[in-house]
Amino acid sequence: MIRQHQVYSNGALLWQDTPGTPLPEFLRNGYDQFSGQYPKFHKMDHLSRLGWLAAEVLLQAAEPEDHLPGEVAVVLSNRSASLDADARYYNTVKDIPSPALFVYTLPNIVIGEICIRHGFKGEHIFFTTEGFDAALVTSYAQLLLDTNAATACICGWVEVMDGAYEAALYFVERRERANALPFTVENVKKIYETGSVLLPTSKK
Amino acid sequence: MEKLMADLKSQIIAQLNLQEVKPEDIGNDQPLFKEGLGLDSIDALELIVLLQQHYNIRIANPEQGPEIFHSVRSMAEYIMAHQKQQG
Repeated sequence: MIRQHQVYSNGALLWQDTPGTPLPEFLRNGYDQFSGQYPKFHKMDHLSRLGWLAAEVLLQAAEPEDHLPGEVAVVLSNRSASLDADARYYNTVKDIPSPALFVYTLPNIVIGEICIRHGFKGEHIFFTTEGFDAALVTSYAQLLLDTNAATACICGWVEVMDGAYEAALYFVERRERANALPFTVENVKKIYETGSVLLPTSKK
Repeated sequence: MEKLMADLKSQIIAQLNLQEVKPEDIGNDQPLFKEGLGLDSIDALELIVLLQQHYNIRIANPEQGPEIFHSVRSMAEYIMAHQKQQG
């Protein structure tokens, strides 16, 4: 969970930046804090950097290596799609269009960046909804698990627009794990609304 | 030529957002792509934009790309040859 210059994992505050830090600096500081050694990060748009950083934090607390690369799915959503990057690209069109900005003018590129980083090759989809729709994301992820299209799924919300940002990701597995939370709409809502769920989720 | 290559290194870093690279990390003859600086196809397009923005050079023949963008030195040589033609 990344919200208001703070980074949480399973309900615990891992790190916080100075209040009011602009998004680009916050993302750079978060990158230095949780990752580093991935120069392509700096070329990404804000949405991809935020989602990439949130996945970095999430997967340090999960065990994606227990799953085959082709069986890890990603189901993300947000409100503004890639509008933040679209507007930046549009501003370059008046002069010389920027190829590096153009490649980020789709919201699902953030999924690609996460998959490249971690080697995931499973199903993926990006929904655009007014607010976080826990029922929609949960039902789609559940379908992937029930139909054997995936054994694990990274789900959640990654939103960036005009410097405002919010990311809430969670990791769902088909296999049962001790202490894992049931994968229900109510629990997913709780993760998004409070960021205070203490345990990873699983299907049952 | 040395001044031009130094300028190019700074411009490449800024244009391609290579935040973890310093000008002195880029050798004059170091390949910019693959095993060298590790640039990719989108970076190649940004280098074309760089030539246009900073040196008013439009590359007419895309097949020249690998030769022009092999290294900082090859870029500098191309710019100087182009400026000589114009001058």
